[in-house]
Amino acid sequence: MTSAEVVGPDRAPPLEEEQLPTGIRGAWERTKLNVRTGNLGAVPLIVGEVAVVIVFGLTATNFFTSTNFVNLITQTAGTCMLAYGVVFVLLLGEIDLSIGFLAGIGALVVAELQLPGSSWQMNGLLAMLVAVAVCAAIGGVQGSIVAFVGVPSFVVTLAGFLIWQGVLLNKLQQRGTIIIEDRWINYTDLYIFSPGAGWLIAAIFTALYPISVLYKKVVARGTQIAQQSWTSSILKTIGIGIAAFGTVAICNNGKIISTPLGLPLAGVIMVVFFVLLTFLAKWTTFGRHVYAVGGNAEAARRAGINVSRVRVIVFMISGAMAAIGGIIFAAQVNSVALTFPPDNLLLNAIAAAVIGGVSLFGGRGEVRGALLGAVLIGTLQNGLNTLNISNGWIYIVTGLVLLGAVTLDTVAVRLQARSGR
Amino acid sequence: MSDTPLLQLQNITKAFGSVQALDDVDFEVRAGEVMALVGDNGAGKSTLVKCVAGTHAADSGRILFEGNEVHIHGPKDAAKLGIEVVYQDLALCDNLDVVQNMYLGREINRAQILSEAPMEQHTSETLKSLAVTTIKSVRQTVATLSGGQRQSVAVARAVMWNSKLVILDEPTAALGVAQTEQVLELVRRLGSQGLGVMLISHNLHDVFETADRITVLRLGRNVGVFERRETTQQAVVEAITAGQPTKVSGIPSTAAAGADA
Repeated sequence: MTSAEVVGPDRAPPLEEEQLPTGIRGAWERTKLNVRTGNLGAVPLIVGEVAVVIVFGLTATNFFTSTNFVNLITQTAGTCMLAYGVVFVLLLGEIDLSIGFLAGIGALVVAELQLPGSSWQMNGLLAMLVAVAVCAAIGGVQGSIVAFVGVPSFVVTLAGFLIWQGVLLNKLQQRGTIIIEDRWINYTDLYIFSPGAGWLIAAIFTALYPISVLYKKVVARGTQIAQQSWTSSILKTIGIGIAAFGTVAICNNGKIISTPLGLPLAGVIMVVFFVLLTFLAKWTTFGRHVYAVGGNAEAARRAGINVSRVRVIVFMISGAMAAIGGIIFAAQVNSVALTFPPDNLLLNAIAAAVIGGVSLFGGRGEVRGALLGAVLIGTLQNGLNTLNISNGWIYIVTGLVLLGAVTLDTVAVRLQARSGR
Repeated sequence: MSDTPLLQLQNITKAFGSVQALDDVDFEVRAGEVMALVGDNGAGKSTLVKCVAGTHAADSGRILFEGNEVHIHGPKDAAKLGIEVVYQDLALCDNLDVVQNMYLGREINRAQILSEAPMEQHTSETLKSLAVTTIKSVRQTVATLSGGQRQSVAVARAVMWNSKLVILDEPTAALGVAQTEQVLELVRRLGSQGLGVMLISHNLHDVFETADRITVLRLGRNVGVFERRETTQQAVVEAITAGQPTKVSGIPSTAAAGADA
């Protein structure tokens, strides 16, 4: 019996992609195939975002202005930071409910450390590093209880949710509002780049994607990962370029009274962490291990991966990202008060990641999902605000969008499974 | 075939509390042969595998690998010697692709940054050398593979690491007819490539299709070693269900005890 006869009936479903023509026609055919098989990627999110922008642009008077656009970026950045951390936690199939109040702890630490006149006053940059380190350490402790003792992460971080809420309440009831005067801290949200610097930043970020594609094509010559089609790479580069330069163009156009606006640092932080964390998730050994543990923890353990270490580090990342988000929120209002953290921060961050296609069951999702999800939620809430719609309706609409996005994703996954991809 | 067996287990004893899981068991695999290990439930097959894989430590007895006594304290020790285990439930990550699974936990990296190109090339070469031709793309996720293909990936992963002994725990338990044939073909090929193969199976059809020799355990004791060509399924079934505990002839260290068989 030859091996060809033996293996005959066991063919995998053919990947139709290979027979597709190249060039523009190929891209169109591939798109049709992807829609049919539920391989939608980020497209529904981008379409949704564009739709939301058009609807609010037509209905709300103050929405479609450059100033509001800058606002939108500074409002979204904090949630987005938390959502990045959520992506890693969800990739493991875990959950971190403590991040909302950990963001508060991060902001509180920064506010205390920069306090003028106190004996421990330090430079704002150093204060931020300490705050991030403190929250990473707290995340590490919570993660260790999950990883080494085996308490479910839901329970550990629910306890964290209560504990850090309590700490925050005790401290701020006693202290009232703590004003942040340090310029470095306040810059995280409100620093505005000059128009020229904005263009340069847009150019740098636009160049990153084609550089990564070229790098793969050179370094991984002859392998399948190098076989991404030129057409789709070029189209994606153009898309990213439009988004980057468009953002800067709109920001540069804005004014508050007579002060010209520009690209806010918060927006740059969003993209910088997107690039860094995508690199961590997709290009490093650690990132691969995160996906492996989320996919099949037992298989990862047998393959020699230190599963506990991966879990602890992921909870540390979650804590650190919460602190960064908290600092940005505090910078937005130049203070930390009892109203911190903002309404529904935790749930908005988790919703952003989930809307972005990150599976709650682990092993599936990407960092970009958190960015797109946070932007979608941010736009929605900003738009409804400018329409003077009540908070109740804002929650209802956000909930419906979350439900719709996850339903669409579930259907897409089922289509993918059926088509064997 | 060399005279020294690749793996030799002598007088292995293992008890869990009052349960004697292995009682004075001998076992050997030569390089280039497929040695089947069969027995009813509770015969001690899995325990013996775990002693070799380093999951359990034997209470007493000696393990010789390539003629030298070795002590295996964990899966890493086993891997260092060149012993790889393919578990029944496969231990693959469904969400990762074939390349990522083949290199799981041993990724090629430079300063923690993955080197995808050599991993992909080596994966393709390994699959080709084992004549695993049904997998269309090594960048497919494992979730999209059939049961037989998944088993092939798991076996190929075990073989790729310069392993000398591959232990297969019920490799065809969950497979259809065609897929079973595909995996058995792969098992035979491993033997003919000079590796030692230890095949644990319930399925005597599979065993008679692939094995060169068959070791039978019953209630934690040796009841016989059969040359596949010189025996029948009937004889093996009898040994499994009603075989008398015996020391085994043909393994030099126990030859004296074999007389009372």
